[in-house]
Amino acid sequence: MPVITYREALRAAMSEEIERDPNVVLMGEEVAQFNGAYKISEGMLAKYGPKRIVDTPISEAGFIGMGVGAAMLGLRPVMELMFFSFYSVAFDQIFNNAANIRYMSGGLINCPIVIRGPANGGTNVGATHSHTPESIAAYHPGIKVVVPSNAYDAKGLMKSAIRDNDPVMFLENTILYGEACEVPDGEYLVPLGKASVMRAGTDISIIGHGRSIQLALKAADLLKEKHNINAEVVDLRSIRPLDVETILNSVKKTSRCLYVEESKPFCSVGAMVACLISDQAFDYLDAPVKRLTSIDAPAIYSPPLEKLQLPSVERIYQAALDTLK
Amino acid sequence: MFGSLTLNKGTFASNYYFNLKALPVTKKPSSSKKPEVTNLGYDARQAPINIKLGQDEKIALYRDMVRIRRFEERCLRSYQQSKIGGFLHLYIGQESIAVGCASVMGKDDHIITAYRDHGHALAVGMGMNEMMAENYGKITGCSKGKGGSMHYFDPSRNFWGGHGIVGGQIPLGTGIAYALKYKGLKGACMAFMGDGSVNQGAVHESYNLAALWSLPVVFIIENNGYSMGTSQERSSAGPSLAQRAEGYGMNWAIIEDGHDVLAVRDKVGQALKLAHDKSLPSVLEIRTYRYRGHSVADPDTTYRDKAEIEAYKSTKDPLNVFQLALLAEQTLTDEIIQKIDESARAEAETSAQFADASPYPSIEDIKKDVYWEIDNPADRKSVGALFFD
Ligand SMILES: Cc1ncc(C[n+]2csc(CCOP(=O)(O)OP(=O)(O)O)c2C)c(N)n1
Ligand SMILES: [Mg+2]
Repeated sequence: MPVITYREALRAAMSEEIERDPNVVLMGEEVAQFNGAYKISEGMLAKYGPKRIVDTPISEAGFIGMGVGAAMLGLRPVMELMFFSFYSVAFDQIFNNAANIRYMSGGLINCPIVIRGPANGGTNVGATHSHTPESIAAYHPGIKVVVPSNAYDAKGLMKSAIRDNDPVMFLENTILYGEACEVPDGEYLVPLGKASVMRAGTDISIIGHGRSIQLALKAADLLKEKHNINAEVVDLRSIRPLDVETILNSVKKTSRCLYVEESKPFCSVGAMVACLISDQAFDYLDAPVKRLTSIDAPAIYSPPLEKLQLPSVERIYQAALDTLK
Repeated sequence: MFGSLTLNKGTFASNYYFNLKALPVTKKPSSSKKPEVTNLGYDARQAPINIKLGQDEKIALYRDMVRIRRFEERCLRSYQQSKIGGFLHLYIGQESIAVGCASVMGKDDHIITAYRDHGHALAVGMGMNEMMAENYGKITGCSKGKGGSMHYFDPSRNFWGGHGIVGGQIPLGTGIAYALKYKGLKGACMAFMGDGSVNQGAVHESYNLAALWSLPVVFIIENNGYSMGTSQERSSAGPSLAQRAEGYGMNWAIIEDGHDVLAVRDKVGQALKLAHDKSLPSVLEIRTYRYRGHSVADPDTTYRDKAEIEAYKSTKDPLNVFQLALLAEQTLTDEIIQKIDESARAEAETSAQFADASPYPSIEDIKKDVYWEIDNPADRKSVGALFFD
């Protein structure tokens, strides 16, 4: 099977969907002539032309809102935010318009837009560029949220997101763009809402999403190596829809849960998952559900300190041991 | 004094499209035609604000531009040595703007800008040590290593950042102007942005507020021709960026000779005066050029050619142009030039050593400076948990 990067996987997904459906358009700052700030769309302008691959001015509220409007009339815009952090400039368009239009029209209108871009810290770009808004996005009924942790999922989820008839926030990660894994050639879909058990285990469920999964897998290796602990690692992949069943099944098996994510702790995805578990699997638990997040402060710039602020293999390993105590 | 100056008249002749002084609030609807050049013969050297400049003051202007350039060259080296993380946006080529603007600031005038902020910071008097240490992420940095290169601040010097979100600083600049007016101070805020930022809604909302409420703000567009890899023509509709002010009935002007620190002083000085005397906002578009990629990470190979960069450098370099002018009028000598250069290099080198030797913040520092009440526990009025780790 070919080994391709997360970046190439996203490009392949968008390209296949552009070829498949004339209503798919990729739009954003520097996506066309500059080939993308992070080169996700490299070569796509040359291949598909300026009608399908469109450079926008720096006007997030305007062009995201425009994408929402175009989606209402049946286009399937894929809107790139250079950094997902800039979603806040378009907050009203996303959460008032995209999220509510179907409801407020009594189901007459739908909004098949994808809003995508990198949402992560770890590259020392400071507080304004390091937001991880998955829980904020998923808070809004009407919005779907996916966070792929690897190239295979990135491709399959992107294709599903583009075909989805609801607005999907697609959160990527600049640190993962260069990470490669086996990805089959051609058509496959990963459905939204299906978690993936990345590593089977019996002693503790380490659940999470995004890049934290890559770190959790390494921490699980360490736990095995040093303490013969068999950790199960569950990648949610999709935050809303959420695969509650896979979460509960894992916890029922292991009786312990650590949720790992890069977001801040308040009202995080992990908080939601902990609540679901305590509601629906309380009797199976041998310990409280533990969460590991970024340290609760805006993203610090200082490179060595930012490392400490974020989840790391070491922190996950330690938190897992604490959960098992 | 300037009569003996044989060097390119064109270099100093500022081709203003409009004279701010002569321009009351414009009522005409905007035309899509390019505005006419109305005062070609204008010479920035003869402007009252410049004619009174003493030799030392002129040398100081030159020195500040050199300091910015040497500092940034040193930053670039540190970045290449991986001492600096994240983004590094260099101001090289645009020094005349920050220095010109800062040099006409009075006690109650303020500055706010975007992420390309090293020039403004040095121009208002921030020190290289605290700036370089910030780039290195050290606790001795101006923002204690928390903000990085894009987020310098020094309220004690009326410098309000340093902002990473394109256009996000413009409402803040408008708010500073509001506060100045509210407090009855005779000051203004210069709110800087790039040519790409003018398409943000927040900028337009600020224009309207400023014009509607007659706020003492000078919106300064540093038009270096590009927003990342996008040329002005590919991002902005309309005849010029500054002319959009007409839609709000605001004064505006284009400064073609943005590389000429004296032209910048003159025009910005007039706009500040308008803000001080009549509490009127204005929009200035200053034409300039950046020599380096958008940030150091930008390979700068796709959207412009080297010849374009060289052409600008060879005729309009702000340092060279001013140096030649000051040499011609014998304000500068080769010896002084060399001394200025050496001392700027040494200052930059020292700042790198200072940054290197400084400690990083501690892990406890991550959660300081988040809430005023946490940092000032004796004065805390609220109760309950503020952190959730
Ligand atoms: C809201 C927002 N969108 C996009 C960006 C990414 N970005 C940073 S600088 C920049 C270009 C801005 O160009 P311009 O305003 O001309 O300023 P210059 O860089 O030329 O000084 C872009 C797109 C951002 N920081 N914030
Ligand atoms: Mg620009």
